[in-house]
Amino acid sequence: MIFEKGVAGRRTSQYPAADVPEESVERLTGGVLRSSPAELPEMAEIQVIRHYQELGRRNLSVDDAMYPLGSCTMKYNPKVNEAVAAMGGFAGLHPYVEFFRAQGTMALLRDLEDLLCEITGMRAFSLHPMAGAHGEWVGMSIIREFHEASGSGRSRVLVPDSCHGTNPASASMAGFAVESVKTDDRGEVDIDDLKAKLGDDVAAIMLTNPNTLGLFESRILEIADLVHGCGGLLYYDGANFNAIFGKCRPADMGFDVMHLNIHKTFATPHGGGGPGSGPVGVTSRLEPFLPVPRIVKNPRVDPQTPLVWSMDFDKSVGRVAGFFGNVGVLIKAYVYIRMLGAAGLRQASEDAVLAANYLKERLRPHFPPAYDRSCMHEFVATPGALTEKSVRTLDVAKALIDRGFHPPTVYFPLIVAEALMIEPTETETLETLDRFADAMCEIAEKATADPEWIHGAPYSTPVSRVDETKAAREAVLTAPIEESASAG
Amino acid sequence: MGFVPHVDGERRRMLEALGAGSVEDLFEDIPASIRNPRLDLPPPLSELEAVEALKDLEALNRYPVRGGDYFIGGGAYNHHVPAAVGAVTSIPSFYTAYTPYQAEASQGMLQAIFEYQTAIARITGLDVSNASLYDGGTACYEACALAMRQTRRRHVVFDRSVNPHYRELLKSYAHNVKAEITELDHSQVAADSPGRIAERVDDTAAAVIVQNPDFFGRIADYSALAEAAHARGALLVMIVNPVSLGILKTPGEMGADVAVGEGQPLGLRLNYGGPYLGFMAARRKFMRKMPGRLVGQTVDEKGRRAYVLTLQAREQHIRREKATSNICSNEALCALTAVAHLATIGKRGFVDVARLCLQKAHYARMTLGAVEGVELVFEGPHFNEFVLRLGKPVEDLFRAMGHSFEPGIRLDRWYDGLSDCLLVAVTEMNSKQHIDEYARRLRDWLCN
Repeated sequence: MIFEKGVAGRRTSQYPAADVPEESVERLTGGVLRSSPAELPEMAEIQVIRHYQELGRRNLSVDDAMYPLGSCTMKYNPKVNEAVAAMGGFAGLHPYVEFFRAQGTMALLRDLEDLLCEITGMRAFSLHPMAGAHGEWVGMSIIREFHEASGSGRSRVLVPDSCHGTNPASASMAGFAVESVKTDDRGEVDIDDLKAKLGDDVAAIMLTNPNTLGLFESRILEIADLVHGCGGLLYYDGANFNAIFGKCRPADMGFDVMHLNIHKTFATPHGGGGPGSGPVGVTSRLEPFLPVPRIVKNPRVDPQTPLVWSMDFDKSVGRVAGFFGNVGVLIKAYVYIRMLGAAGLRQASEDAVLAANYLKERLRPHFPPAYDRSCMHEFVATPGALTEKSVRTLDVAKALIDRGFHPPTVYFPLIVAEALMIEPTETETLETLDRFADAMCEIAEKATADPEWIHGAPYSTPVSRVDETKAAREAVLTAPIEESASAG
Repeated sequence: MGFVPHVDGERRRMLEALGAGSVEDLFEDIPASIRNPRLDLPPPLSELEAVEALKDLEALNRYPVRGGDYFIGGGAYNHHVPAAVGAVTSIPSFYTAYTPYQAEASQGMLQAIFEYQTAIARITGLDVSNASLYDGGTACYEACALAMRQTRRRHVVFDRSVNPHYRELLKSYAHNVKAEITELDHSQVAADSPGRIAERVDDTAAAVIVQNPDFFGRIADYSALAEAAHARGALLVMIVNPVSLGILKTPGEMGADVAVGEGQPLGLRLNYGGPYLGFMAARRKFMRKMPGRLVGQTVDEKGRRAYVLTLQAREQHIRREKATSNICSNEALCALTAVAHLATIGKRGFVDVARLCLQKAHYARMTLGAVEGVELVFEGPHFNEFVLRLGKPVEDLFRAMGHSFEPGIRLDRWYDGLSDCLLVAVTEMNSKQHIDEYARRLRDWLCN
């Protein structure tokens, strides 16, 4: 723990001495001073670096191992993207510079909006939302404004019972009541239940397609007709877009509003839980409601400033980010799309789907799929006969860590008991897919013979299973301040 | 192409294992009428071509090559970032991982976030911190939501000395959830702010939101406002620049309930506005009302210290529409950056950088304010920013100053009475020489 390292008075980098005449701090601040310095570490630079190297070794990542975390698209993050986003002209630019100084970044963002429109079929994009859930909130705000502008006070939003938890939470933050629609026995939206719940007070349905079971909603065109027939809109949660980019476009399916998870589909790193980016796209009738500011052609003739940010959209939902979104992340996605082109995008989604179906078949003997049909980029498996030996999904996940793999998403979606949601992505080699399948099958065989063994997994990690109950009950969220600042 | 490793023979082997004839068979659930659209995208680029194309775009950006030529702030600041910080954040085991759901495989990130939470609590003088939010602006509306949940009231009060973008975000959010807003004019004298705002806090207010230093760089003590807000059953939310907390009285010491702010000055690059870092610290009694991830300390089966995501019953994946926020993954790597930065500059450096900002900004304020034709708009203590009235249209100043010099931020877009004014920021990056040169340029421009 970093606050236990260091010695009083020890320091790393030094700031230069003041080169201006110094005055009394008391006087300059009007005496509004803190009573004692913040208790921060006092370490040498070598200690800081070794501390984080050690923490890095205690953290599994895509660069370390296959990370088949369903619905998260943990694909390889190309290194060139990091290099480009770090260039001084991009990373050194302050968001309040006058527009004529930011024309390179603005041109890139404008071009990225156009590329995303072409890939999704949407009419316009806002790049401001900083994560998928943020995009959902913005998208649902747009839907609310649209209905209010047309004079219909629609209060209900429908979500499938298999949806991501962010969907109902975002709809609620945008001021809607939320209702669930059942899943049918093929793993798709139950059309009869949908019909029963539709009405002229329904603002929208939020769908992920392919859904969280990894299945494409094959009746999507019929669903779109039903919802539109009631005057409602369709919201597309882009979390699973990696399955279909280049193969099919949300606007063509009938969706009116959508977000993309840039950090999933477009290969930007997940950062251990962000920064991500969640741009929102809309069809033409919803374009007036997009967040401000928006990049537009300069209405004035100025060769140095062809593009400007405009606040001039009176129906807009307003500002949704401190500045212009996670620009540093968007630059990486732009490079990725420019490197792949249309054929590369299609190849990526085809390979992602092929890899998932291949793994589903390889795992079938021990981990039967929850829905036995062709999947898209991910599938939901179950521990099958292992449950009779009281082996649970969590045990399988922990045993996988000992084999050098990050576990899949577990216990989600909620409608499948003991769910193991597996998404291999297109960037894992066939050798790795086979090693993963072999590891899963060996785990199943060993656990069948010796259930006690698997209950103790993982064995190779710096800590064994952690006491989550104690964590929640005691809620120790910060380190106590040491009596002596010179502890080892 | 596309960073995919498979060769055609491997694809065939996988298809054979499936008993599928072609990859297209796997996409049969997609209605044929909408499958395989023709996408009109530019042709693919090799890495070399992509880098060259991006260099062309980069060259269209004109930013100061010398850090000392940046006098622009307004919530994002130009600070020195020690090289060690970049070395930490480019460790792939952090930046290519995801949210630490599997604690045993993610102790590194979990511990780093726990340390971040500790650092944020200590610098703000409050009890607990969450694991991060998107940015300073969105952290404001999350604090507002926390206050409304806590008080069961739907009204927030703030004045126009709060960052204009943050106020716009608060309005977007309040409009969504049909909350009421009272926006007051800012005081001419910052020391009057606490009293003036206190007069407008009534029994309907969920929160009073103040910024210290405020958008104009002015310092005030909000302790009395905290008492007045509490007497009315409202929470005091303080927006703070984390760098100022090296020396300034903390939100905790002033009696604030929640502190939020923009973490960018803690080691993050300017990035044209993002990715940045929203931070939130609070009194322990509001812990279960906080949005976002929280990392807690616990033990493993052998009693060893361990860390894990905790109090998840607040969150969307469990509570769905009843969650404290929809926020899920947000800015973990930026939180890691902030704590690595604080550890590198250390206890002493955190004080030094705040003092340098204070002293240099004071020198710049006196020097620039002494230029003939320039007027200082506000009196009283300032931290690292101040407002100059130039008496001429500010728009012309930027081109006159040349491509590699950033004199400040125009205020005309937000404040009618300040249309000929400039908000100037000074940090440890601006040497006396840079400041004197700025004064010279300003004098030349005003004389012409």
